[in-house]
Amino acid sequence: MDQRGIEFMFYGLSSAWLLLAAYAVTLVVRERRIHEEIHRLRNLVEDRDRK
Amino acid sequence: MRSKLLYACGLLAALLLVRNLYVVLLQLPDDADQGAVYRIIFYHVPSWFTAGMAVLTALVASVAYLIRKDLWWDTLAVAATEIAVVFITIGLVTGSIWGRVAWGIWWTWDARLTSALVCWLLYAGYLVLRTAIEDPSARARISAVFSIFAFADIPIVWYSIEWFRTQHPAPVLRGEGYMDPQMKAALYANWPALMLLAAVLLAVRMRQEAARRELDGLRRQAHSL
Repeated sequence: MDQRGIEFMFYGLSSAWLLLAAYAVTLVVRERRIHEEIHRLRNLVEDRDRK
Repeated sequence: MRSKLLYACGLLAALLLVRNLYVVLLQLPDDADQGAVYRIIFYHVPSWFTAGMAVLTALVASVAYLIRKDLWWDTLAVAATEIAVVFITIGLVTGSIWGRVAWGIWWTWDARLTSALVCWLLYAGYLVLRTAIEDPSARARISAVFSIFAFADIPIVWYSIEWFRTQHPAPVLRGEGYMDPQMKAALYANWPALMLLAAVLLAVRMRQEAARRELDGLRRQAHSL
């Protein structure tokens, strides 16, 4: 492979992959938080309903 | 069942992207003028195409919401917009890195780059706007109008390289532009792979938005107790 600009090619390709990976991780973390919050609130509402 | 389908599509997208990376890095010849750095185009252009499809989806969903008043369309619009912002960011970052080698500068305020940055600001603004409105119907209505307004920038981004003299290269895939068929095939092969990945992310994000609505309902219920 021609070595001209190879360093910047690496930066370009890595940034594309990293941005996609970062977004995927954000989605996973967000989903987990939402489900934890739903679970907590459901328990809270059910507890108060029982009382 | 739906989750399994999502995992399968995600896996297929990942496999296609890895296969395309192999082709781009090890099978394609170098560009006579630019050397290795021209390979950024195989991610830069398909990212913009994918972003274009995402903003078009957001536009259709926004119009559909205003007509039908069904929050499912609003869910689709916000999910598509978030995916669009991710791919626009990739387009801007990869373009800037390529420009650093090709032009010797990271950024210039020409018509294409400026309209593309405005595009990013508009759609990122859409996402910020949504966090400021609590009522779901008002949020959906105002966001839909804003999304339709934001789409007005897309033709400017698309045609800016024909309407104005820009630092950004003239079109190579349409008009009088030319690209080696082998390189063009690799470029068009990466687009469906990114589109498939975007579709998976869209489905996940839509599911999340539905869960968030449920969460809002539970919060209201908890407050009223």
